[in-house]
Amino acid sequence: MNWVKKDLLGIKGLTKEEILFILETAESFKEISLREIKKVPTLRGKTIITLFYEPSTRTRTSFEIAAKRLSADTINISASTSSYVKGETLKDTAKNLESMRPDVIIIRHSMPGAPHMLAGMIDSSVVNGGDGSHEHPTQALLDLYTIKEKKGRLDGLKIVIIGDIIHSRVARSNIFALRHFNVDIVCSGPPTMMPPNLEELGVRVEYDMNKAVEDADVIMMLRIQKERGGTSYIPSIREYSTLYGLKASHIERAKKDVIIMHPGPINRGVEITDEVADGPYSVILDQVENGVAVRMGILYLLTGSAS
Amino acid sequence: MKKKVFLDKKAIDRTLTRITHEILEKNEGCDNLCLIGIRTRGVYLAKRIQDKIKSIEKKELPLGILDITMYRDDIFKLKTPAVKKTDISFDINNKIVILIDDVMHTGRTTRAAIDALMDLGRPQKIQLGVLVDRGNRELPIHPDYAGVLYNVDTDEEVLVRLKEIDGKDEVIIMSA
Amino acid sequence: MRIMIKNGRVIDPKNSINDILDISIKDNLIDKMGKNIKEKGNEDHIINASGHIVAPGFIDIHAHLREPGYEYKETITTGTMAAARGGFTSVVCMANTDPVNDNKSVTEYIIKKARLEGYCRVFPCGAITKGLKGEELSEIGEMFGAGIVAISDDGKSVRNSEVLRKAFEYTKIFNIPVISHCEDYDLSKGYVHEGAASLLTGLEAIPSIAEELIVNRDIVIAQYVDSHVHITHISTAGSIDIIANAKKTYKRITCDTCPHYFILTDEAILGFDTNTKVNPPLRSKRDVEAIKEGLKNGTIDIIATDHAPHDITSKDVEYNLASSGISGFETALSLSLNLVNEGVLSLEELIKKFTVNPARLLNLPYGEIKEGKAADIIVFNPDIEWVVDKNTFYSKGKNTPFHGWRLKGKNLLTIVDGNIVFRDKALR
Repeated sequence: MNWVKKDLLGIKGLTKEEILFILETAESFKEISLREIKKVPTLRGKTIITLFYEPSTRTRTSFEIAAKRLSADTINISASTSSYVKGETLKDTAKNLESMRPDVIIIRHSMPGAPHMLAGMIDSSVVNGGDGSHEHPTQALLDLYTIKEKKGRLDGLKIVIIGDIIHSRVARSNIFALRHFNVDIVCSGPPTMMPPNLEELGVRVEYDMNKAVEDADVIMMLRIQKERGGTSYIPSIREYSTLYGLKASHIERAKKDVIIMHPGPINRGVEITDEVADGPYSVILDQVENGVAVRMGILYLLTGSAS
Repeated sequence: MKKKVFLDKKAIDRTLTRITHEILEKNEGCDNLCLIGIRTRGVYLAKRIQDKIKSIEKKELPLGILDITMYRDDIFKLKTPAVKKTDISFDINNKIVILIDDVMHTGRTTRAAIDALMDLGRPQKIQLGVLVDRGNRELPIHPDYAGVLYNVDTDEEVLVRLKEIDGKDEVIIMSA
Repeated sequence: MRIMIKNGRVIDPKNSINDILDISIKDNLIDKMGKNIKEKGNEDHIINASGHIVAPGFIDIHAHLREPGYEYKETITTGTMAAARGGFTSVVCMANTDPVNDNKSVTEYIIKKARLEGYCRVFPCGAITKGLKGEELSEIGEMFGAGIVAISDDGKSVRNSEVLRKAFEYTKIFNIPVISHCEDYDLSKGYVHEGAASLLTGLEAIPSIAEELIVNRDIVIAQYVDSHVHITHISTAGSIDIIANAKKTYKRITCDTCPHYFILTDEAILGFDTNTKVNPPLRSKRDVEAIKEGLKNGTIDIIATDHAPHDITSKDVEYNLASSGISGFETALSLSLNLVNEGVLSLEELIKKFTVNPARLLNLPYGEIKEGKAADIIVFNPDIEWVVDKNTFYSKGKNTPFHGWRLKGKNLLTIVDGNIVFRDKALR
């Protein structure tokens, strides 16, 4: 197939074929990171801007490394250094950046829809690097890549997502992506952190974490989104940790070859114990590694379709 | 469109046998050699040459697969070509790399392949073998082992078909 | 000035008229109405309304004219031009201006400005509380003397129940309604309806109960002190149930909704078009169906526009940051005619909700066509199709989610106080 979309704004709006095509493309790029010379000339002369209105280490670095390994020039703009604090609107920032003719802008923003707004105003490709509680499409794609890599398939798996679902863009994007496959998705967490009518997204809801993890192939842990008021949804972190922290006892209830995922950054001792985070079932660091390959693939596809 | 069979199954096999012998002759055997096929059809040709060397020299040469898409100089002039995996599981440092492709034309694919190999290591030598050399070079690059030479007219196209993917071995000339 | 409107179908629900009649207007009054009125030859305008509907001018009890203070969003001139085009001959303008209309000098300013520059009648709505802060009652009596027809802290609920109770009690002196915007602020810290919209976009949600709790509270308070309560822009099925039930035992309750609450569902926001951001938010399909049912069974008495014009910059920002509101005057009639086309309301019932019902709520001597009454009349055609183009709006506010929509039904002529203030070129 050919990639035709200018932007990657969310998983919603992607077809199953497009999702698989991105994963396939990413696979070709993974090997580059294992070389001694971790660079190909593919995006030579292309300019990629990361425009981050929210703090991030992992995602921004991952995009930057991906771009650099493809020989693109990268510029990082973060909220603290940008004119956002001086009161410039996103529209004006967008128009200014556009005048410098970047090929791709990766935006992270605390407000849902900000990437969509940006994409509508400029000709450059826009990648959603996370917009509020809405979507984080590249995270979902790297998660699917990791599951597929570890399990050899997506169909037929039981995938459990646990934590602050209501505020989680990672959960939303993953659910939108996984719905294309024949999977059993179970969401667990305190009822206050579950959006009403969550089942309408095609998932099961199980408040009892012990039941939720039974026979799971994949357990995906989420962080409490403190910056979105997540802590006011629970009486205390301690109680949350008791009820919804992933412990060795949960692993025993899951399938023997269960994998434990986390989009990071992890809060050790809150949603996951050290023992589990660093244990043999954890693929958290594989997720980070695959993130670079997936983002290389996405940058490649978008740059190509835009020219 | 008119179609003319230029090489049939037997002719292709004979040509590959000759190339194999030339490789062995030029390198005085097969020590330190490795084969790398350029996707897509170069991979199958390289495999066949690997088999032939095995039956002659009783030695299996390492065989790698190279996808040159990331190194193309016209990449964004095309509609985002699909990137495929490069799979070279052996060290090419100080090796004599025999690069295999089906058709040689402008030389641009070979340029991309050489650049790609250089990013993977520092081979002692790189030699090039192709089944058909159709002329019209745009870069100063020439094959070390050319199967057959065919200078195409402007309205002609050379197509190599191989059993492994096309169901049949033949080289055909299409003309308007 | 003499105007003759000939051969139109005159529909006046107040006087139970639905017939092909001629109307002759002399100066500012309706002089005669009847079959085949002979032309005198001295008419300034003879309107052939054959094939069209002739109705009392519409009365909008809920609009924002933005003056004083926000003239970059709308002025009394542009706002009333847009109103006249939309078929409104009287509009009530809300108090959230700058300064707030919480004292008689602002009321007088608006009335004077409207008299000088307005294209239709303007009736200010005074603030319930000073500065819309919900703390102290504003000078309702003085404003009433200056011409307000209702009080409302529109856009805000009076959070303090004690203050609201006093407002309900105090207005009994003047017999003007309290218009209530219902929102529980502890529950409404969001931007979109809690349902499909919040689930799919991750935008913070406003649940239906945020509206319903306060609808209930305001009715309970009004009933306790026996005062009239008008609930404005209701949007949920639950609100309809509460109001319908309360109406069974208490008569001094009325309510209105706006076209966007029966035309659009919360799915309209999925593309993050900030023109779909309104307060209360666009609700679910089930709510939309309930609103239609409420209009049909009479629970909802009035259709208002909540015309809320904004400048481009207020809308060309992230969804969270965008101002709420739709520029509604110029699409309200056409969108509402959809109710007739869908069989929800008859044309008479629809006209009733735009004329006699609002006139009754506000004690206005308008909303009917009768000899000797003020000549506030519109002529519209319910079948003419047109495409909404925000760039041709008379309103300064181009913020409409209906841009590009093909609508059926169009106002063609607006007469206010015997003067033609709008005439579409489609009317010969």
